[in-house]
Amino acid sequence: MAEAHPVGFQWVMEAKARGAQVIHVDPRFTRTSALANLHVPLRAGTDIAFLGGIVNYILEHGHEFRDYVANYTNAPVIIDERFADTEDLDGLFSGFDPESNEYDPATWTYQDMEVASGAGSREGKLGIAEHHGMLGGRLEHGNPPHTDPSLEHPRCVFQILKRHFRRYTPEMVAKVCGTPPSLLVEVAESLVANSGRERTSAFVYSVGWTQHTVGVQYIRTAAIIQLLLGNIGRPGGGILALRGHATIQGSTDVPTLYNLLPGYLPMPKASDGDLAGYLEEAKLPAGFWGYVDNYLISLLKAWWGDVATQENDFCFDYLPRLTGDHSSYPTMLGMLDGKVKGFFLPGQNPAVGSSNSALHRKAMANLDWLVVRDMAEIESASFWKDAPEIETGELVTERIRTEVFLLPAASHVEKDGSFTNTQRLVQWHHKAVEPPGDCRSELWFYYHLGRIIREKLAGSTDPKDRPVLDLVWDYPTEGEIQEPSAEAVLRECNGVGPDGRAVSGYLDLKADGSTSCGCWIYSGCYADEVNQTARRKPHWEQSWVAPEWAWAWPYNRRILYNRASADPEGKPWSERKRYVWWDEEAGKWTGHDNPDFVATMRPDYDPPEDAQAEKALSGTTPFIMQADGTGWLYVPNGLADGPLPAHYEPHESPFPNLLYGQQANPTRQVFDRPGNRYSPAHGQPGAEAYPYVFTTYRLTEHHTAGGMSRGLPYLAELQPEMFCEVSPELAAERGLEHGGWATIVTARAAIEARVLVTARIRPLEAGGRTVHQIGLPWHWGTNGLSRGDAANDLLGIVLDRNVHIQESKAGACDIRPGRRPRGPELPRMVEDYRRRAERAGAGPDGSDGRAAEPQRGGPGGGKGERA
Amino acid sequence: MSTTTRTFGGGYGDAARPRVGFFTDTSVCIGCKACEVACKEWNLVPPDGPLGFTGNSYDNTMALGADTWRHVAFVEQEVPGAGAGALQPAHPDLAAEAAAAAGLDGPPSAKDGMRWLMSSDVCKHCSSAACLEVCPTGALFRTEFGTVVVQGDVCNGCGYCVPACPFGVIDRREDDGRVFKCTLCYDRLSDGMEPACAHACPTDSIQFGDLDQLRAAADQRLATLHADGVSDARLYLRDEADGIGGAGAFFLLLDEPEVYGLPPDPVSTTRDLPRLWRAAGLAAGALVAGLAVAFAGGRR
Repeated sequence: MAEAHPVGFQWVMEAKARGAQVIHVDPRFTRTSALANLHVPLRAGTDIAFLGGIVNYILEHGHEFRDYVANYTNAPVIIDERFADTEDLDGLFSGFDPESNEYDPATWTYQDMEVASGAGSREGKLGIAEHHGMLGGRLEHGNPPHTDPSLEHPRCVFQILKRHFRRYTPEMVAKVCGTPPSLLVEVAESLVANSGRERTSAFVYSVGWTQHTVGVQYIRTAAIIQLLLGNIGRPGGGILALRGHATIQGSTDVPTLYNLLPGYLPMPKASDGDLAGYLEEAKLPAGFWGYVDNYLISLLKAWWGDVATQENDFCFDYLPRLTGDHSSYPTMLGMLDGKVKGFFLPGQNPAVGSSNSALHRKAMANLDWLVVRDMAEIESASFWKDAPEIETGELVTERIRTEVFLLPAASHVEKDGSFTNTQRLVQWHHKAVEPPGDCRSELWFYYHLGRIIREKLAGSTDPKDRPVLDLVWDYPTEGEIQEPSAEAVLRECNGVGPDGRAVSGYLDLKADGSTSCGCWIYSGCYADEVNQTARRKPHWEQSWVAPEWAWAWPYNRRILYNRASADPEGKPWSERKRYVWWDEEAGKWTGHDNPDFVATMRPDYDPPEDAQAEKALSGTTPFIMQADGTGWLYVPNGLADGPLPAHYEPHESPFPNLLYGQQANPTRQVFDRPGNRYSPAHGQPGAEAYPYVFTTYRLTEHHTAGGMSRGLPYLAELQPEMFCEVSPELAAERGLEHGGWATIVTARAAIEARVLVTARIRPLEAGGRTVHQIGLPWHWGTNGLSRGDAANDLLGIVLDRNVHIQESKAGACDIRPGRRPRGPELPRMVEDYRRRAERAGAGPDGSDGRAAEPQRGGPGGGKGERA
Repeated sequence: MSTTTRTFGGGYGDAARPRVGFFTDTSVCIGCKACEVACKEWNLVPPDGPLGFTGNSYDNTMALGADTWRHVAFVEQEVPGAGAGALQPAHPDLAAEAAAAAGLDGPPSAKDGMRWLMSSDVCKHCSSAACLEVCPTGALFRTEFGTVVVQGDVCNGCGYCVPACPFGVIDRREDDGRVFKCTLCYDRLSDGMEPACAHACPTDSIQFGDLDQLRAAADQRLATLHADGVSDARLYLRDEADGIGGAGAFFLLLDEPEVYGLPPDPVSTTRDLPRLWRAAGLAAGALVAGLAVAFAGGRR
């Protein structure tokens, strides 16, 4: 966090100054580790094993926060007797189809509670992931039919969980992760001691957790720990996702994701039919997803205004329909295959920043047109003249037919807008200076692009043009450059009532077409016709929760599910952690924050049979977006790869899975094709050719793919060259010289980097083997003042099926001293490696590059050179 | 707390302001280098080029100089015992019990670990500033804030100040000839703003303020760290009795100054000049006297 989020890290330092213990779990010792109370190293890609060890520790020693777990989680719920766990099936859950590598979750459900069609139905390859969006998972009704409040029933979630994680002992964790058992226990003990009625602990993660074939289950395991310890919905608790850069949270809320509409409404599928068909699936019988019709119809009204009427399904048919996985990587492969002809690329640099970036460069070279909007001429705009493939002869400038439009973009200080942070706090920023020259904001670009397209289509009678022509496209513009008003967009997100005034929140929204709202969760951000996100009242002029600093969705709540900060009777768990509570006299919930609960629902409320939406949940269930109002330790529905997290090895792991027979996540998405070959995983012949683990990451000094930092002299000079971080032991083993050059080779590519030998990278002992890990920052490319090979060239494309995120934090490679070959020799070397791996099984022979390298480790490999 | 800091300001009369400075608490430095960048941005300091990987941990600017007025040092240390056991167990008994239950021997054992020291260095704005004292043109002067600043339009590039600095801070810019160093953002101070580096520092490792208050804050921080068992923590250049008469920019370090590349006991290079001149004067006088005697004798 100190590395990639140094500004946010000030709050960790402040917490530390107030007595917080900071634990940093990371394969490398980083700037964060330097400031933490404890650094815990582990093998990249083994976090579920580590976290599972904590779960097991909590459960085996009875350290769960019993009153919280029994009342607020689904621990007491009895699961369908057909369910089989990884314990029973050696690493698989019941319902696995080896043909499609997908699960049918029918057997994962609650006992005698039918799984709704939503998650069960499939059309071809269109599985859960394409419409997971909002649906944490669908259940027929709020209250599960069978529960055991004593948590003793052998098929209740609590007992299943206990059995499932029993094998994650400290000794097993040590074998898998390479983390000493005593360290695991120390971490677990510390978490337990700092949780409960009087105390809370928080988890903070970044993309180091998400970029795995099991990324979603990493976060799930953390969620299990936090639910068991009672750390959700309470001050000082939670799981905080630190995103890759500013307002990625915002771009998920008002999404740039292909399978979501604003506010986590699922994008319609081709099979959804009409509005009624969509709502039938999307509308949950219990909880606040029971108002999906209000949210969706208000969205349609925001987009198509007066044209959207009851008679025409509010223009529901104007929405595009999903026909499959249209996520980032399959789209790129579509370009490569000639199926995708044009590409808009605003503020992203896949030629450096995406896994297998060489394949991206080749894909973009196969387009008809490409629009790049950025602040510098990034590699994704200049690949046609300077991609590394031109030097190797794989691409020839004259034969690249892609027409590239590079349009200069305004920076955040040159435009109005909002940033949404990890806490869902939406903070407005005002333009400080006019954008120079032709630089323009994204808002300007898309507004005027839309305006011009509509002008060109004007008068068209083609029905396919109606969705564009009927759009409400009336944003007021200002100034010489006709900049659209960003506040008008924010107001549209907030929503407008029948009186034409801004609504005060999503509870005002209706499904009859009388209200409009561009993003229901943001409703209230413009309440009272005031930009609430621009509020900057200093903390010393208000309560410690500081509700008048900016605005947090939903309803300015600073902590989600904060009903959990009070006990089932509505009293604070402790004075120290008092946050919201039931005021019997006033007959409502009150507290330091806006209660995330029906304001007047009594703690002892018991819903009648026919109750709907939030009224179908009882007065003790804080998780009001869930169909049963509980925090899910066990996920009966909604995930592609299982109801519980299980440790699987990374796709290209040189290590065996010691926990199960199943080596890697069985549902991972693989794309074994030319240009994206994989190295053999453990147990396959030839795996020895790529014996080392590598992980990629960012440095404080640079920004993501370097577009905003490598061209700036003050930043470029701070980290001027691509380098790799290796331990003194690995340097000795492979003859790497501190300050010299090394070549890193995978099944896709070979790159070169300067060598930083450092004891901050420590070899680990795991499963009777030494684990050598290589650290690779991924900021570099061919442009700018500071140039170098792109670490992402090394990575293959293999994805988590839930969210289609690539596994870029754990790979297998070889490393050798010296610079990489130039020109056509480079792909030849990579190919040679692969061939050797393919025909191997026997290990490196005399002709093997690895064996041929002199082992000139010598004393320390440069260790003595360090200050 | 009463302190004895002098207000510099001799010639400023009523315009003299309380002496200001930096307290750099390296125990909370995260090595982000925002200070280096903010300094360059505000003061239009050129890049330090040519670009190059030094291999010196994450430090690629290496030292203070004409083009680097804030410099973050990175010191990697392998420290026995800095690994496991670093947490303060909330319930030590529980930890032992848990370890025993997990089949481990006793509480978590200490293991060799790492320490990565980071420290942002800067001109010390010495109380006895040799650079200023040797400057023949008056380009270096003490401001009404007690800081030491080079006037670029007066400096003639003689370079006397460069070897005079006991810290190697002040430096000539090759293509310019004149000397440059931290001004403690003299222009910002004049407008009531804090220096750019302190403003940019996310963790308040760099604190700016009246020197009296900074010293009090530093004493308190040191006491806290000592109470927490960080016995190696120490203040550097806080003491007015040291060889430079104390500094306007002082530090909290977690190890010996040498570890950070700082002189352990800096002495103003002009401190001994009076004594040297006296000795030289005596010697010269003796010589003159001897010669006089010799000549007097010869003439006879």
